[in-house]
Amino acid sequence: MTEYEIKAKNKFSFGLAELIQYRELFYFFTWRDVKVKYKQAALGILWAILQPLIMMLMFTLIFSKALKVSSDGIPYPVFAISGLLIWNIFSNGLMNSANSMVNNANIIKKIYFPRLIIPMSAILTALVDFLFALTIYVAILIYYHQGVDFLKLIVYLPLSLLITVVTTFGLGTFLAALNVKYRDFQYLLPFMIQFLLFANPVLYSAKAFTNPIINTIMKANPIASAIQLCRSVFTGQQVDWQGVAIGGSVAIVLFFTGIYTFRKTESYFADLA
Amino acid sequence: MKPILEVQHITKEFKIGAKQERYLSLRDALASPFRKKEEGANTFRALDDVTFEVMPGESIGIIGRNGAGKSTLLKILSKITPPSSGKIICRGRVASLLEVGTGFHPELSGRENIFMNGSILGMRKFEITKHFDSIVDFSGVEKFLDTPLKRYSSGMQLRLAFAVAAFLEPEILIIDEVLAVGDAEFQKKCLGKMDEVSKSGRTVLFVSHDLSAVSTLTKKSIFLDKGKVKQFDTTPAVIQAYSSNFTQTNIHYQDAIEGKPCITKVEVVTSEGGVLQGNEKPLTVNFEIQLPQDLSGMALSLQIFNHLNQPITYNWYFDEGDLLKRNKGAHNMSIRFDKIKLYQGNYFVRVHLAETVTKTKFQQFDCCPFEIAMLDKKAPEWGWQNNVCQYIEEGKWS
Repeated sequence: MTEYEIKAKNKFSFGLAELIQYRELFYFFTWRDVKVKYKQAALGILWAILQPLIMMLMFTLIFSKALKVSSDGIPYPVFAISGLLIWNIFSNGLMNSANSMVNNANIIKKIYFPRLIIPMSAILTALVDFLFALTIYVAILIYYHQGVDFLKLIVYLPLSLLITVVTTFGLGTFLAALNVKYRDFQYLLPFMIQFLLFANPVLYSAKAFTNPIINTIMKANPIASAIQLCRSVFTGQQVDWQGVAIGGSVAIVLFFTGIYTFRKTESYFADLA
Repeated sequence: MKPILEVQHITKEFKIGAKQERYLSLRDALASPFRKKEEGANTFRALDDVTFEVMPGESIGIIGRNGAGKSTLLKILSKITPPSSGKIICRGRVASLLEVGTGFHPELSGRENIFMNGSILGMRKFEITKHFDSIVDFSGVEKFLDTPLKRYSSGMQLRLAFAVAAFLEPEILIIDEVLAVGDAEFQKKCLGKMDEVSKSGRTVLFVSHDLSAVSTLTKKSIFLDKGKVKQFDTTPAVIQAYSSNFTQTNIHYQDAIEGKPCITKVEVVTSEGGVLQGNEKPLTVNFEIQLPQDLSGMALSLQIFNHLNQPITYNWYFDEGDLLKRNKGAHNMSIRFDKIKLYQGNYFVRVHLAETVTKTKFQQFDCCPFEIAMLDKKAPEWGWQNNVCQYIEEGKWS
């Protein structure tokens, strides 16, 4: 028989056992969000492919045709899409998860389950979009006859995804927790994301920076590391493993900080939301 | 045998009036070190040292007036919100049903919502699949299973929601007010199901305003009053105590003002005694008036206000035609409403005493709060929700 206590302050834990017990909810929340997102759209899930495609075309037009931005020796669309895929996981995941607790307030106030499932599923939803968007990635590689190092592809791409997801989990859960208390983040976040899009080497090459201070910041930036990894599959450039290691460590720190903050404050969500 | 649920000294406090209440903004937090601490930020005790034990297989009713802390207690028991102090020991899987249809999404189909809702309520996928046919059968919406929920009538949504909940199999089931749902036939079906659940040896905690449902489903009950356990006894005894608790002041005495006409006493005589008034039942208000001298053109009126301070109804008595009530001395007057139409909620009376010739107002004050309950009236499908309306007007559908 399960015996447990409800107290004012419980000892801190990440609640892993409970997350495993409720694992099916991850699936149901993600499934619901994906389903609802595209349900009323005539093109449906096709949008998950069209959105990054349109973005890529747009940025190619501006950055490659008009501004002639360097793309590390590969066709700009390949360059852009490899950055955008990673970027979209991060930005959509962050956006979804930061608003997730507030959007699901009616459920939080009425039933108990490990709260972490909500922001985490919100990020999984962004990952589902990514899986669909991968099809354009493949299509573009074929179109440009882009040479691919398969060994690199199966190692670098998952590693880059892992760094992105861990970072997004960290920041997303952190913002989700803060957003319950301070709705300011709801308004701040779109600007933050817009800023980060241009601050990250998504649309231009990281080599564009010559300032040593900015280069140091870029090394600590896990998303920049992830994009660099994802791109080096084609560019054949040497991966800056020191940078990846630093970025990865930052990602892990963000991950635990985010979850820690979330777990610390989650019991009062129902009172605040 | 150990109790399945031990509630020990549970207290829950909320800050009221303090800035920290709800939508706290970042600016407030940033500015707070520079601001003086608000003195004596009021705390409100929703629950105050609540202690009780429940043995396995017992069904417990929880009754109490609005704001007595019933919902807060259920929220703490179902881990939605933590207590401020005290602890609870649970020896079993808890499922709580504070609302029917939690997690229902209007865009999803009935079938999809069964899975979504069931899973949020804590059922495993295989359990939902196992009970799927029975759930559909119980809800009676099989024809619309693949229709988005937004096309369902509210009654259908509720039936579907309750059907999912009915197949929960926890050791402890916590239910809040959800029985007042569905048409009479469906309600009977639900009550039958609940009875089955409690007879199958599971523990049920059941909150309701519907005293008859509490008495059919439970043997023991808790009477919560202002956050405290006032009584924990057999259900009939608790219901008895609960009803007689309504003997609050329904009489208001006002000090007479020297040399001025005034109302000295207002008494609200409710249908149930005390301050509890049944909807569509008679309500009488008695006045005692002191006139220091003869007064022609006396005007006495009363308004009934709801809890939002909005005037709902107005009645008046002008002296013009009736010369009886103008002589010096004390007078008794009264007004009787044969079938009061006011909807459930809290109300109070505002009385006015004036004189129509010179248009002088002598007196105006608020008094005699009372509560309207929908006692015998048949509930609509969605139950008696608060603040649905101010009053119910009779009408004929065709």
